[in-house]
Amino acid sequence: MRWLSDNAVERLREEADLPDLGGSKYLVLHKLGSGGMGTVYLAQDVDLGRKVAVKVMNVADSAGALASRMMREARIVALLEHPSIVPIHDVGALDDGRVFYAMKLVQGKRLDQSAGGAASLYDMLRIFQKVCEAVAFAHTRGVIHRDLKPENIMVGPFGEVLVMDWGVAKVLSAGRAEAALTSGDASAELSAIEDADLIETLPLAAGSPGDTSGGTIIGTPAYMPPEQARGQTELLDERSDVYALGAILYFLLTGRPPYESGRDAGEQAGSRRPVRPRQTDPKIPRAIEAICLKAMSESCEDRYASAAGMAADVVRFLDGDPVSAYRENIFEKAGRWLRKNRFLVLLILAYLIMRLIVFFSVGR
Amino acid sequence: MGNDRFPVTRLSAIVAASSANQEERTRAFEALVSAYWMPVYKYVRIKWNKPSEDARDLTQGFFAEAIEKNFFARFDPSKAKFRTFLRTCLDGFVANENKAASRIKRGGDATILSLDFDGAEEQLRIAAPPAAGAIDEYFEKEWARRVFSLALEGFRAQMLGAGKETHLQLFERYVLDAEDDAPKTSYKALAAEFDLSTTNVTNYLALARREFRRIVLEKLRELTATDEEFRREARALLGVDPQ
Repeated sequence: MRWLSDNAVERLREEADLPDLGGSKYLVLHKLGSGGMGTVYLAQDVDLGRKVAVKVMNVADSAGALASRMMREARIVALLEHPSIVPIHDVGALDDGRVFYAMKLVQGKRLDQSAGGAASLYDMLRIFQKVCEAVAFAHTRGVIHRDLKPENIMVGPFGEVLVMDWGVAKVLSAGRAEAALTSGDASAELSAIEDADLIETLPLAAGSPGDTSGGTIIGTPAYMPPEQARGQTELLDERSDVYALGAILYFLLTGRPPYESGRDAGEQAGSRRPVRPRQTDPKIPRAIEAICLKAMSESCEDRYASAAGMAADVVRFLDGDPVSAYRENIFEKAGRWLRKNRFLVLLILAYLIMRLIVFFSVGR
Repeated sequence: MGNDRFPVTRLSAIVAASSANQEERTRAFEALVSAYWMPVYKYVRIKWNKPSEDARDLTQGFFAEAIEKNFFARFDPSKAKFRTFLRTCLDGFVANENKAASRIKRGGDATILSLDFDGAEEQLRIAAPPAAGAIDEYFEKEWARRVFSLALEGFRAQMLGAGKETHLQLFERYVLDAEDDAPKTSYKALAAEFDLSTTNVTNYLALARREFRRIVLEKLRELTATDEEFRREARALLGVDPQ
């Protein structure tokens, strides 16, 4: 009998663990990653000859609450047709009772892996702007994400940005979302999703502070707003996502989440303010720090009213315009004006220097 | 469609070990000895720091006594895993043998199965020894290694018997032949190597994987006493919660 090394045992374990999609048009190739609710595999769509990502629920309860939640996630994502939201191709159930859905295969890196390094503040903010825009789009459809974090955002090789994992998303109002849609049967569909939103628990992913927690508190402690950390799910609205966007911006600016440890993070988010980004790095511009902290205000009223509003402030900062979150003094205004118009200023300076040279040359 | 992710197609050897039917009992003991002798031997070598000859005698003696006294029938699945029970029995047996110093007579003469102790010694030589205080994890790991080894053996026999030699070769090439730290061979490279289309490689591997998984689960079913224990072990071994 052949001796199996630890590595060989691990590979055999992986093979035996791959789900059997025998009854579907997908053939699983290998595992890509796993989360609290499901595991994502690379698979081949036999009919269309393309590679897709297949998310399979970790547990078998096709008639139960977890399956409902996964089906609900698939339906919600199907409603959100946007370049920065991964489209779902297909939903089904395996013979063993686990629900799966097939979605577009996203190639790239997670934001937490791609941030930092050689990326400039400008590049990171352009990515962040796209995240805000995708979330703003979902808000116009009456959907809030509730678990925004760098781990749930993919950045493609050409700068494309995709917001993933809508497993705990909430439909705020079927009527409101219906108004934003044009299809005739949207009302029934959305009502079904909204009803399914009563399911509030998820299986826990073991371990890290970045994992989505189960129980009555939904989301990721390190990035969640205070009202979510306190389990006041009835208070959640678009501004809760705005808070999480602020926390993501915080991560992009400082390289770490606003609250560090897993269990304490929820308590911290529920009770106190994070360390100001400029205390970590004084080079961070005051205006962008202000945008971040405004989004992360403890009171919903003090935050941006929408992700679109936050995106607009980020664009203003990138364009060298004043942002709504920060009141500049006269020197800062002048400095920003000079930075924005540096070429004009240089041209005027060059012209003045030339005039001076000519003046002194003629004077001699 | 049911909620049961795992097929229950084979009778538990643990249950069968206490059967009134002698033939059934013998088959059950063979299955249990086959699955456990290697982890038991290595455990005795390492935990009890026994030289190879003594560990061989103790391993043989332990299983001989288990058969003679039928103490596997005393296993209560509601209290512990079978592995934990077996290890407790083993520790008691070795301790008793140490006290009585009678192991040569009891174990040395009792050759119940032809066990490849030289092979086990070779494995001990190749593999890194367990860290101090990690003997429990070591036994678990060796048990998992043994289950996969037996499943792989069954898988080979099954595939060859069904005339699916290419499936078997592809599976082994893809899963087992890669260097430890190297990435798996791509499907495209396998297609070129086996003169198949990439689609066929995908299909062959899917079928082989399904069959291997079925056999692993059958083996687990055989080595557990209850459905609950079976699910627990499947979860531990395959990493997915079947509930």
